[in-house]
Amino acid sequence: MSQSSLTQSHITLRYFAWMREHVGTDCEDILLPDDTRTIADLLPHLRARSAGHALALSNMRAVRVAVNRTYGDLDTPVSAGDEVAFFPPVTGG
Amino acid sequence: MAVRVQTDDFDVGAESRALQADTVGGIALFVGTVRGLSSDNGVTAMTLEHYPSMTEAELERIEAEARARWPLEDVTIIHRVGRLLAGDQIVLVATASAHRQAAFDAAQFIMDFLKPDAPFWKAEERDGKTSWVDARDSDSAARDKWTK
Repeated sequence: MSQSSLTQSHITLRYFAWMREHVGTDCEDILLPDDTRTIADLLPHLRARSAGHALALSNMRAVRVAVNRTYGDLDTPVSAGDEVAFFPPVTGG
Repeated sequence: MAVRVQTDDFDVGAESRALQADTVGGIALFVGTVRGLSSDNGVTAMTLEHYPSMTEAELERIEAEARARWPLEDVTIIHRVGRLLAGDQIVLVATASAHRQAAFDAAQFIMDFLKPDAPFWKAEERDGKTSWVDARDSDSAARDKWTK
């Protein structure tokens, strides 16, 4: 989906490696839920999207999060237009 | 400053020559490669995935931190993505400085931060099966020793 098709109330979600496989997509746009201020607030909404989402996000100790391509954590604020990425601990080099 | 994420292989000699300059007295080069079948893990190939744009931003941040710590004349970081075979080159870190110690230390620093921070993921092929590589605690420990 192109950036221009996003409205101001959406966020973009991205998934990598085995999280992408569990969720079944590498990218999706969702409406930012009204009660969502942080990554922690967002998680219940994401887990409710599918069994794959629930599995991928079941153990947040095994997940890293980035907001707008910068590392964050459960307390990182989320606002409309943000790109939120979830991925396993990295294994490059 | 040069950070590159690419599918193509790289020429270590050419990258080293590109860092030579009148002010440079030493160039340290680290090349990471795919361990193969004859090692203990029996890997025939691996596929590297990454997070475009965040990857480059993280590598540039790590390079900037290295330049803030050591007097570096130049730095090159190249990381390959896509499918690689046993024996292939994966990563190059090259640091150029007036004296060797800064070049050696900065190259190690960059690798120690790249491993746990740059958003790359490896899927290994072994006996026809593909599995995601787990991160190692020792990689985070290698990074964290620099901040103690």
